[in-house]
Amino acid sequence: MDVRAQISMVFHLDKCIGCHTCSIACKNIWTDRKGAEYQWWNNVETKPGTGYPTKWEDQDIYKGGWEKKNGSIDLKGAGKKKGLLNIFHNPNLPVIDDYYEPFTYKYLDLIESPAMDDQPTARPVSLITGKPIDIKMGPNWDDDLSGTPDYARKDPNLHDLSPAEQEAMFQLERMAFFYLPRICNHCLNPACVASCPSGAIYKRGEDGIVLINQKVCRAWRMCVTACPYKKSYYNWHTGKSEKCILCYPRLEAGYAPACMHSCVGRIRYLGVILYDAGQIENAASDETESLVDRQLNMLLDPFDPGVIEAAKENGVADSTIKAAQDSPTYRFVKEWGMALPLHAEFRTLPMLFYVPPLLPVMASLSKQDTSQGEKMDPIAKFWNDTWLYDTSTEDLWGTIDQARFPLKYMANLFAAGDEEKVKLVLKKLMAVRIHRRGITVGDIAPEKVETALREAGMDAETADAIYKLTSLAKFDDRFVIPPAHREQAIEMLEFTGDTKGSIGFGFKENAERGL
Amino acid sequence: MQNFFNALNNFLLIALPYMALLVFVVGSIWRYTSTKFKFSSLSSQFLEGSQLFWGSVPFHIGILFLFFGHLTAFLIPRGVLAWNSHPARLIVLEVTAFIFAIAVLIGLVNLVYRRLTHPRISVVTSKMDYAILLLLLLQVVSGLWVAYNFRWGSSWFSSVLTPYLWSIYALQPDVSAVSALPWIVKFHIVGAYLTVLLIPFSRLVHFLVVPLDYLWRPYQQVVWYWDRKKLRKSWTPWSLQRPRNN
Ligand code: SF4
Ligand code: SF4
Repeated sequence: MDVRAQISMVFHLDKCIGCHTCSIACKNIWTDRKGAEYQWWNNVETKPGTGYPTKWEDQDIYKGGWEKKNGSIDLKGAGKKKGLLNIFHNPNLPVIDDYYEPFTYKYLDLIESPAMDDQPTARPVSLITGKPIDIKMGPNWDDDLSGTPDYARKDPNLHDLSPAEQEAMFQLERMAFFYLPRICNHCLNPACVASCPSGAIYKRGEDGIVLINQKVCRAWRMCVTACPYKKSYYNWHTGKSEKCILCYPRLEAGYAPACMHSCVGRIRYLGVILYDAGQIENAASDETESLVDRQLNMLLDPFDPGVIEAAKENGVADSTIKAAQDSPTYRFVKEWGMALPLHAEFRTLPMLFYVPPLLPVMASLSKQDTSQGEKMDPIAKFWNDTWLYDTSTEDLWGTIDQARFPLKYMANLFAAGDEEKVKLVLKKLMAVRIHRRGITVGDIAPEKVETALREAGMDAETADAIYKLTSLAKFDDRFVIPPAHREQAIEMLEFTGDTKGSIGFGFKENAERGL
Repeated sequence: MQNFFNALNNFLLIALPYMALLVFVVGSIWRYTSTKFKFSSLSSQFLEGSQLFWGSVPFHIGILFLFFGHLTAFLIPRGVLAWNSHPARLIVLEVTAFIFAIAVLIGLVNLVYRRLTHPRISVVTSKMDYAILLLLLLQVVSGLWVAYNFRWGSSWFSSVLTPYLWSIYALQPDVSAVSALPWIVKFHIVGAYLTVLLIPFSRLVHFLVVPLDYLWRPYQQVVWYWDRKKLRKSWTPWSLQRPRNN
């Protein structure tokens, strides 16, 4: 057992309100620079939708991630052979138009325009060429299902849904969507690291953060192709690739990453998970159906004396083991089995897990009842009808089974296509609701609550714990950051109070484009 | 007049190569050690991907062949002469080299055209990029000219230029044979020195860091900031390795 520590994340999608505060927090700190304007290390997508860059999930186009080849795995669009052969021109590299051409407006024209008959306008100009452009796209162009025919209907995850199922999703009365915030997953089997010919990308042993050494990157740009999540970006100005750094300077100082700290919906959790690094290769090479299970099996119980001993033997700090025991992500992912990795089939073993959303699934299918006005239940204060979110408890899992959002779609996102896995998580989410409603509203018979909990495989105590961590968790419960022990590592002692606009820490030279 | 040409010959064929080499070595080391952030191939494929293919690929493949061709003639002139002793083989070699040079020319023209016409690419083009493109263009045109007009280059390179280059290398420069060559050949030689001279100051540095070690490196890389295992051994003297965590 080769025990290592990984800072992992859980995003609870039921809570995301799609406000993009996280994206802005990140942009303000890290990517508000020339060449990085188009980079959104944190972005929030509407699902169904094509996302950013457009259709990033379709690896027939982008050739990202790993693919299985005679028993083992290799990079799909990069790697030793393909990477070096395509070094002069990488056929699998997205270009900036796949993301969007960054732009600003000529605001000064509003002020400096002389008196005229017409109102002055602020024309959009490209941030690359400085010339006026027609804006064609932005990083969240399809927000809230806008432009559905062009975007939502082309979502790559719809590929194995029948035309009828797809049609049903887009009927006006039944349309539903949810938000999918994404950052780099700081994978256990990162494709970006494997694809870098210069060896500029590495995973930090102590906390598993994946970083690009800006001094070693030579713009061979293979990581952009290789990362199936398209979370490694090429800075066209400096000629270096950049990616989410999980705000490591903040983490080392004990602060939560900016996106997590600022998250309005408080959907984000961060904590240490111990895992067995010896299993990485086998887990990543297994059959697609077993990928999720294999990955979850790698995550170790931080209370198990055997694990603790092996961790210590491996040099994991006691403070990190303690953080792993208090980790909110370990509880969500492993203890409660409620969070799943995004697109496990890319085989990078992502360490950002998602609690799939229940709300877009739960909405009744029966006909609309127009006379609901009089039906407000005086105690429960809910509409006693069948067209709002169906919180009725007549038939325990009815709504899940006939979800208006096909489970297959969710399964394609979060469970490598396995509907049962998503269903189980949704049942758990539902069971917690039923349990809490039994307590707070009191209109559900205790036997019914018990049945729900039993079928979801949990007890009342667990349900309460889930409820607490989901709804009431304070800052320190959501972010359990292990001390970085900066005092012990010379490299970590570099000055981090850097100024906005610079590229990294500990640089003696200015971060300017090469000659 | 004669004196002037002698001096010019001496400068271009003796002083310049030493200067170029010195600047190249010192400059590259300086560039690599102190301005690592600027050490990049500065790829512009991200801004424009399709035109680049017709420039970059023929250029690189052609230039690699020509580079190793010149290198072979420099390192094993006898081998080249032996190969050329048979006329058919000589023709094959010359024609192949010519084709690769044409590929370089096509590539360069496409690259220059792309830099000049594509607004996004102009933004990421420096003066040095134009200087290098122009220099390389002159090199390949003069090279093609020489190859076509003064046959057979691969043979007389090995017998005339190789001794000259070795004399430079041996610090006993001997330009008697070279000075008698046509001016266009000397132009090509001088162009080569200038290119070497400019390497550290341009994006050409990227060829110094061709990532061949990728071939034998393991795919995944994990970097540890310190070796905690060592710290934990009770027999490690505290004065040397103090167990500093917890
Ligand atoms: S998400 Fe992409 S960039 Fe991040 S570690 Fe995984 S492969 Fe690398
Ligand atoms: S800040 Fe939080 S709630 Fe808002 S979009 Fe980002 S993840 Fe969602």
